Amino acid sequence: MRYHPLTADDRALMLERIGIESVDDLFADVPAKHWVDGLLPLPTGQSEMAVERALSKMARKNHAAGDGPFFVGAGAYRHHVPASVDHLIQRSEFLTSYTPYQAEISQGTLQVLFEFQTQVARLTGMEVANASMYDGSTAAAEAVMMAARTTRRRKAVLAGGLHPQYRDVIETIATGVDVTALPADPRATEDIVASIDDTVACVVVQTPSFYGHLIDLKPIAEAAHAAGALLVAVFTEPVAFGAIEAPGAMGADIVVGEGQGIGNALNFGGPYVGLFATQKKFVRQMPGRLAGETQDTEGKRGFALTLNTREQHIRRDKATSNICTNSGLCALAFSIHMTLLGEAGLSRLSALNHAAAVKTAEALAAVPGVEVLNDTFFNEFTVQVPGDAAEVIERLAAKGILGGVPVSRLDPDADRDLMVVAATELTTDDDIASLAAALGEI
Amino acid sequence: MTFTKNEALEIHEPLLFEVGRLENTGVDLPEPPKVKSRLGSLARKSAIDLPGLTEPETMRHYVRLSRQNYAIDLGMYPLGSCTMKHNPRLNEKMARLPGFADIHPLQPVSTVPGALELMGELSRWLCVMTGMEAVALSPKAGAQGELAGMMAIRAAIAAKGETRTTVLVPESAHGTNPATAAALGYKVRSIKARSDGTVSVEAVKEAIDSDVAAIMLTNPNTCGLFEPEIAEIAAALHEAGAYFYGDGANFNAIVGKTRPGDLGVDAMHINLHKTFSTPHGGGGPGSGPVVLSERLAPFAPVPFLRADGTLVERADQTTGEELPFGRLTAFHGQMGMYVRALSYMMSHGADGLREASEDAVLAANYIKASLSDVMTVSFPEKPAMHEVLFDDRFLKGTGITTLDFAKALIDEGFHPMTMYFPLVVSGAMLVEPTESESLASLDLFIATMRDLAKAARNGDTERFTEAPRFAPRRRLDETRAARKPVLTYEAPAPLAEAAE
Repeated sequence: MRYHPLTADDRALMLERIGIESVDDLFADVPAKHWVDGLLPLPTGQSEMAVERALSKMARKNHAAGDGPFFVGAGAYRHHVPASVDHLIQRSEFLTSYTPYQAEISQGTLQVLFEFQTQVARLTGMEVANASMYDGSTAAAEAVMMAARTTRRRKAVLAGGLHPQYRDVIETIATGVDVTALPADPRATEDIVASIDDTVACVVVQTPSFYGHLIDLKPIAEAAHAAGALLVAVFTEPVAFGAIEAPGAMGADIVVGEGQGIGNALNFGGPYVGLFATQKKFVRQMPGRLAGETQDTEGKRGFALTLNTREQHIRRDKATSNICTNSGLCALAFSIHMTLLGEAGLSRLSALNHAAAVKTAEALAAVPGVEVLNDTFFNEFTVQVPGDAAEVIERLAAKGILGGVPVSRLDPDADRDLMVVAATELTTDDDIASLAAALGEI
Repeated sequence: MTFTKNEALEIHEPLLFEVGRLENTGVDLPEPPKVKSRLGSLARKSAIDLPGLTEPETMRHYVRLSRQNYAIDLGMYPLGSCTMKHNPRLNEKMARLPGFADIHPLQPVSTVPGALELMGELSRWLCVMTGMEAVALSPKAGAQGELAGMMAIRAAIAAKGETRTTVLVPESAHGTNPATAAALGYKVRSIKARSDGTVSVEAVKEAIDSDVAAIMLTNPNTCGLFEPEIAEIAAALHEAGAYFYGDGANFNAIVGKTRPGDLGVDAMHINLHKTFSTPHGGGGPGSGPVVLSERLAPFAPVPFLRADGTLVERADQTTGEELPFGRLTAFHGQMGMYVRALSYMMSHGADGLREASEDAVLAANYIKASLSDVMTVSFPEKPAMHEVLFDDRFLKGTGITTLDFAKALIDEGFHPMTMYFPLVVSGAMLVEPTESESLASLDLFIATMRDLAKAARNGDTERFTEAPRFAPRRRLDETRAARKPVLTYEAPAPLAEAAE
């Protein structure tokens, strides 16, 4: 096995030093009747060439996003990632390092996390951010649990525009929280103010919503705060904040979302990078890892993981959550891409996304029988098509066009003729024309 | 002190916020076309304050930062229970194939047969290696896998119309075990280990009553020992109507030697990043699929793949044979990690995986045998599995702590071993060499540890208390970091005023 450096002579010498006959003597505590007899019924080791061949064959069976016109969003977005991002995250010192518990020899990772936290806090308009979560959906569930801890209340109201799978994840993970999910209405922005009372720990509102609407959070924040509840703002497309107001500027108490759109590939859904930001006063209730600034014994500035008394490895059954890791490498990719963009690049990237979506919406609205339901949107909107959207999307796929996501795939209660369509800076005028033409023929 | 604060290749790298500028960008994007805005009243009016760097500046910033990190490609990482093994770059290459990296989780299922095939194939390998019936791939990390497994147990108990409130957790368990049980509302009942570091079936039987839902047990355990009464412990739980949750953190010690399913495990998460070498990436992402016994196979989070290759995305699509308890993450889990893990499995094969376990166990025992005269082995009588536990008895009277010893190891060019874990011994030092280390590398580590142990006993205290001296930073004040948390960059006051 090319990954195992020990030779037969090495092994013999080591057995001699230990004073045993065979390596099997070291497995003496394993009940003899439960030993695997011979080899497991699996293929034996293959060469690098053979593994490449087999996996490439599997990969080729998939229709990659770059293979044709592509309009799929609904929580994951296809963006152009500069080549330098992937190069840098593949540097051994980032890729193959461990969690930075030994701060003196992990300053690279720690400074990156400190910079990442600052970028995320600024992007969301909040005061502090953690070093990332698994993804946007788990970050949303953790936010709900944090709101329940902070307010000592047990009720969470989820706005109808929340991504249906985020809703499902909150319902599964947020043990001990009573979740009320408002009905989804893709045609309107939501009026959730009426659902807030003084038993509610938090309201969870996604903007841009799952259906693409931009939601003004200010009246919701005011109503929540008046009732002693927190506003949890959720997003799935970080690029949006280059063009629209940050949730923090509109009164959100906790802002969580998916960071994949900056720096990270689609990867069929993971690994992604959950972003989690809040106000300073809530920091000790915040889940997840945190890097903080400090000094070494010579007075040099340095960074270390901090406030980890909240964590499971110290507090055990009293920990704030069972989260035990972050998405370090994905956070690094996010941070590098954000650094490359800077304010100027992010603004332009956002403008390109919005322009592509506006063009797409205009082209689709012109197709007979097709209706665009949004007044406002960033790079994604909801379309009503004649017939079952899932079937329409299958027929588009047969023509090599990945046209969007049928809402009914994620939400069984939704009307079957709705689909969510996304465009990004990678969407070309030709792609838009192809989609409009194909929809016209269906 | 030099003018630049740099010392040759020891570079003082400022924060990007100190050198970046709002007008700088490292990406060439075209001029956006003029369209009628649909942003409405929420169009952004104020600046975000995100400085940028140009591409050359970005490359230098991150390459310089990377040089302040220790990494497995730089040297040995004898981190017990963390399993820092070689990360083959073939895995990275495979995960970046456009057919895996550039596919969307919600594009039509008909357009991703290769992705489903890969998930099916990975599931098959995991089931065969563990001797289990079913696998739920989606958990995002080991700790979430624990949550999934315990939720499956909770769902199975509820399906029988029972309520059970207590989970047994040995005191040597990973901190995530009690945290997971508590997160699900269970009371945690601790079980003491015997003096030889293992759990006895009698102790478990004493702790079992009709309130017990499950035991959460790591095997091989966190003292680096195989639990010899594991099958009897499982039988005792099953007899009481409870379940056996196996923490799979140390699965890499036994792959191809014994199967957890045969030992009576009902649910076990597999840390793909540990046993199957997906890189740790400075702390994640991981991946924690959970394998389930026949008893628990109907209870899994969505999505899951049926044996016939169909993808079950929602509870209402099921035939009634499966009883999914909910969803743990949007989409399908850590696909990028599935590719890396399967690439590793196929490269090794049944023979190579068994050899990896054997070599890891052999290396740990070689270290144990080579250091037992100068350091204190916590449980000398039993064979170590893939990791060996030392404690601080050999440092008694020297004034040197486990932490000092670890920091001195940094000066010798090694990443320290796991410290102060498990909690069952004083000043624990848990050493896991893995199968990736050559004999020369093991010998250098052993010689270094011997030298340090002798230096400690000879009173060379400063070598320890002043360590690390040869690292990007000397010891950092972690108390200060926690007392007055500075978690984001804020421009110093004069600069902020100047900017106004």
